[in-house]
Amino acid sequence: MSAVSGALPGAISPGRPDPHRLGHGSGHSHGATGHGEGGPASKFVTVAYGFWIFLLSDIIMFSAFFAAYAVLAKEIAGGPSGVDLFELPRVAIQTGLLLTSSFTCGLGSLASHRRDMVWTQIWLLVTGILGAAFLVLEVQEFAGMIEEGAGPSRSAFLSAFFALVGCHGLHVGMGLLWLGTMIAQLWVKGFRADILRRLQCFNLFWHALDIIWIAIFTLVYLLGASA
Amino acid sequence: MLGKLDWSAIPFDEPIPLIAALVVFLAAIGVLAWITVKGFWPYLWREWITSVDHKRIGVMYVLLAVLMLLRGFIDAIMMRTQQIAAIHGPGYLPPDHYDQIFSAHGTIMIFFGAMPFMIGLMNLVVPLQLGVRDVAFPTLNSVSFWLTASGALLVNISLVIGEFARTGWLPYAPLSELDYSPGVGVDYYLWAIQISGVGTLMTGVNLVATILKMRALGMGYLRMPMFCWTSLAANLLIVAAFPILTATLAMLTLDRYLGFHFFTNEAGGNPMMFVNLIWAWGHPEVYILVLPAFGIFSEVFSTFSSKPLFGYRSMVAATLFICIVSFMVWLHHFFTMGAGADVNAAFGIATSIIAVGTGVKIYNWLFTMYGGRIRFDTPMLWAIGFITTFTVGGMTGVLLAVPPADFMLHNSMFLVAHFHNVIIAGVLFGAFAGFTYWFPKAFGFRLHEGWGKAAFWFTLLGFILVFLPLYIVGLQGMTRRLQHIEIDPWVPWLIVAACGILVMIVGAACQITQLVVSIRHRDELRDETGDPWDGRSLEWSTSSPPPSFNFARLPHVGGEEAYWTMKQRRIEMQDSGEEPAYEPIEMPKNSPTGFVAAFFATLVGFALIWHIWWLAIIGLIGAYATFVVFAWRDVAEYEVSAEELERIERAGQPAWSKHGEELA
Repeated sequence: MSAVSGALPGAISPGRPDPHRLGHGSGHSHGATGHGEGGPASKFVTVAYGFWIFLLSDIIMFSAFFAAYAVLAKEIAGGPSGVDLFELPRVAIQTGLLLTSSFTCGLGSLASHRRDMVWTQIWLLVTGILGAAFLVLEVQEFAGMIEEGAGPSRSAFLSAFFALVGCHGLHVGMGLLWLGTMIAQLWVKGFRADILRRLQCFNLFWHALDIIWIAIFTLVYLLGASA
Repeated sequence: MLGKLDWSAIPFDEPIPLIAALVVFLAAIGVLAWITVKGFWPYLWREWITSVDHKRIGVMYVLLAVLMLLRGFIDAIMMRTQQIAAIHGPGYLPPDHYDQIFSAHGTIMIFFGAMPFMIGLMNLVVPLQLGVRDVAFPTLNSVSFWLTASGALLVNISLVIGEFARTGWLPYAPLSELDYSPGVGVDYYLWAIQISGVGTLMTGVNLVATILKMRALGMGYLRMPMFCWTSLAANLLIVAAFPILTATLAMLTLDRYLGFHFFTNEAGGNPMMFVNLIWAWGHPEVYILVLPAFGIFSEVFSTFSSKPLFGYRSMVAATLFICIVSFMVWLHHFFTMGAGADVNAAFGIATSIIAVGTGVKIYNWLFTMYGGRIRFDTPMLWAIGFITTFTVGGMTGVLLAVPPADFMLHNSMFLVAHFHNVIIAGVLFGAFAGFTYWFPKAFGFRLHEGWGKAAFWFTLLGFILVFLPLYIVGLQGMTRRLQHIEIDPWVPWLIVAACGILVMIVGAACQITQLVVSIRHRDELRDETGDPWDGRSLEWSTSSPPPSFNFARLPHVGGEEAYWTMKQRRIEMQDSGEEPAYEPIEMPKNSPTGFVAAFFATLVGFALIWHIWWLAIIGLIGAYATFVVFAWRDVAEYEVSAEELERIERAGQPAWSKHGEELA
């Protein structure tokens, strides 16, 4: 009781400045926290941050393709629909491959933190092989559909399907090209700071492709095969 | 071998584009020959083409923008004169050529005039205002610029090889589909915009990362100059909106090249989806252009009124409000498409609400001037010209936001007058204000005041003379994009508009004269202080032009208006500043990556336009190889030693210590 009453007068005494400077903005510098006054960020942070911003823009591009797919999904123009075309077992394997590759990519990142060249390379290689297997299955699926006469020019639904899923596949393909280049570079140049930053960006990129695949898996394949 | 490309692509039967192309071609050859004779190539390659210095890249952006503004202006002159030459007659431009001209005018003015101008100024100024040495990703910055230049080059190649789109500046489907536009015009548009769009997106990423992650010590968010805030908002919009453009144009490309059915009339395609998607990018684009201009005006009003910006925080809030709401109004571009009264009403209300943010800004600028010591230098004239004329354009915009009114005015010259009223008065005047305001910072000498003021008055007068009549003929029912005129009551107004464009030509000539005169008299106009306007933000605290590293020591920021505070403190302390201790710094090395990558991008674009598939593959491999070479380099930075820093700083006249001496 006495402790409380002892504390109160101090808190409201007029002479004491308001520590939060209510209504006066941040005022004098109280250190960096929360006001962004700490000076330029490290290169690692800046690079990863910038790459995040890029990934967000990439996800927005996908969202435009998703929107187009949503608008056109019912426009089958008398042709085959998702129920006729989608093979869920294949898609399940694809999903398994891509998610596992994300896991091995993470393991590669952990190995690179330990500066363990052999395991980093092994995990990156495994990531690449899983990604390539995913891509092979997707190309097979596309080729089969085109053979059946269900190519992208058959209907607006198929146009939107091929563009959306193909755009993701193109990203995986570009990722593989990037990965291969980086494996070679890592082998030749070792764990240099800039290469570690690129490795970090690749990790972000590969996980982002997973996020997009989950959306494709759900919105395109699961909904399409059941409708 | 050469795909669709053969001699029929050159318009030998049309004298106007052929002669225009010949003149441009000869001028380009002349400039290149002059550079070769003078032996400037090594200098240009070393100091400019491969430069990753944000200031140099900014200057190159602005140079590109000025050239493209002139090109777009020539298109405008042709349209205004065609409409008075073609009264009950054919005029001098056949319809298919006229359609290319208005399409090229819009495309060039927005993508290659206004955008590079704003991005150039942001590049030049934002790192200086933040008190840092470069943008977050300097080489990427160079790639961005050269990709933009590559897109501009492709659009201008279409002048002589093939044709440009006849579909308007936004290629509405299904007109832009292969059935209705079988030529290469739309393909030129698609690849030019895609390539430069990638450059713009990279700039957006770069500047957002710069502003959010690279600020001088103490430069908290609410201490950033207003131009940094509006740049942040504009670049956030770029990051959020340009991917939609990329996706939309990719869909149209798939339709045209691979027989997809996104926007076709057949097989379930949906042309209305194109209109929705393109404006989901297109409306934010409006604010990508005008928000940086608002930032420039904020700097100018405050500097030339010798007062802090009135309502800084409300300005920040209004900027971010506009940034978000700009994504919620796109449907007002097509109220007439038939979305229904409820949807139209919602978007009409949202459109009226977004004007509130701008209204807040207008009052803040007025109150900034109120009670200030106003100096009427050229940048301030552009700013005052902006605030008076832009307000009219804003109000006609609110008028168009009312759906029933829009049903009457849609697609009319009233609309044309409205958006020119806001873009010219907002963006272009902002660009010119920024140009005259920061020119001394970039080059170390001022622009000639007399010619600048003449340019302002002629441009303002011409602008009013052109667009006031267009409002009137719009209300009289004249639709846009008419190649010939059959209605007599419109004629007098169109003649007034044509006279107006003559006055604008005089204004443009004054601008060019101003530049020439200023360069010739640069020694008299030299600015030794680095602070010619008595500025308030950090870009004025370093010498003009700033050294490659901007600041020998990164500044410490103690509050809003960092440089103003420093100057005040120096006056109080009667002190020219303590001897600074220099520490060696690392700066990014120049790199030809941007230029080489853009070279290959141009090859790829040109090859895809003409279906030269092998060339496209070579271009793609080349672009990939360029990036591998870049990624493989071992030394990315060079060191500037402490002695070097001290030497350059002393030679370059540190602005504030000199100021201190004068004041003391």
